[in-house]
Amino acid sequence: MGLLSSRNSITRYQVTGQLDGSVHETVYQGLKQHAIPKIEDDGSEATAGWTSLETPYAPDFEGYSFVFGTYMVFALRIDKKSIPPKLIKKHYALNVAKRLADTGRHYLSGNEKQSIKDHVVNTLIHRIPATPNVYDLVWDYDAASLWFFSNLKAANETLETLFVKSFNLQLIRLFPYTTADRMAGLSNQERDVLGKLEKSRSKE
Amino acid sequence: MLDIAVAYNRYKFLGNEFLTWLWFMIETDQSLFRQHDPDFLSLTVGNRLVLENTRNNAKETVTIKGDNASLEEGLVALTKGAAVTEIHLSYKTGSQKWEFSLKGESLNISNLKLPETGPIETPDDLEGVVLEKVYLIEKVIGFINNLFSHFIHLRLSNTWQNQTIPRIRKWATSN
Repeated sequence: MGLLSSRNSITRYQVTGQLDGSVHETVYQGLKQHAIPKIEDDGSEATAGWTSLETPYAPDFEGYSFVFGTYMVFALRIDKKSIPPKLIKKHYALNVAKRLADTGRHYLSGNEKQSIKDHVVNTLIHRIPATPNVYDLVWDYDAASLWFFSNLKAANETLETLFVKSFNLQLIRLFPYTTADRMAGLSNQERDVLGKLEKSRSKE
Repeated sequence: MLDIAVAYNRYKFLGNEFLTWLWFMIETDQSLFRQHDPDFLSLTVGNRLVLENTRNNAKETVTIKGDNASLEEGLVALTKGAAVTEIHLSYKTGSQKWEFSLKGESLNISNLKLPETGPIETPDDLEGVVLEKVYLIEKVIGFINNLFSHFIHLRLSNTWQNQTIPRIRKWATSN
């Protein structure tokens, strides 16, 4: 889901910390270093990295193409391989039958079954292509604000981890408490009240 | 500063109370919205409203769906102590209209439909469309932030318990 889609989901963040040196150059280096690999790693279940808004399947940040006015706009791409459980079940059953026939035994030990299952998953993962998911983001560096175009928990967690790794800046997710604490300009007294606040008793 | 995960769960109720207050303000006093947006035309409940009541460790959920659906059941739930956990809103300024859902516990925006923007016909159009979309998103997020800010100051004052809660209760029972 992205900025240019007809419908959007947005999770809001506050960005804490400052970049050293030129903002655009530092972000460019971070994006380049942690861009999604162009060549698929056949063995891994999931790969995540940055990509560009315009060409999400061929990341390109040259010429600071991620800069739009005062905003930086790029995307997180997560390529994930998911093997249908029925496919694992089928190949597992075939492999177990073959092993029994080869050894002339009637049963396999727990360890042998697990080893067959691991082998099946490992073989299938090399054969199945990864499905790419692209989630755009808009970063207003001066306002320390970032919008991420997904509400999915796993995508947001991946974003938070990769963002720190790439730019050495923390993302604070804005939900009711953090919005109140960080964005509403509370006085010290109000902050004390917030710290002890309990649910309203609307029914007596 | 509380641990983020603890703070998220501990203060879920705050977002739900914000949405409940927002529904009340939509139905009773839209002048406040004009103070926060000079271009404001209207804010209405859209096609989905979800309320939740957690009493005696049991959870009751009331979901009202559909265009022009009657919200009476929601008001009844409010009188029994429920709070709004999700609301679909339609926000209009001048000739522009935004539609979106807000979740109480996270304040996440979903299903956001922006006013129409220009098409991207050539690569040169991209920057203009991106900036136009960003402007439109900023407008609706700014509006929500302002309303939440207004709400939180009210919520942390004595006025909330002494005046706002009785007014919400009166509104819910008189409809």
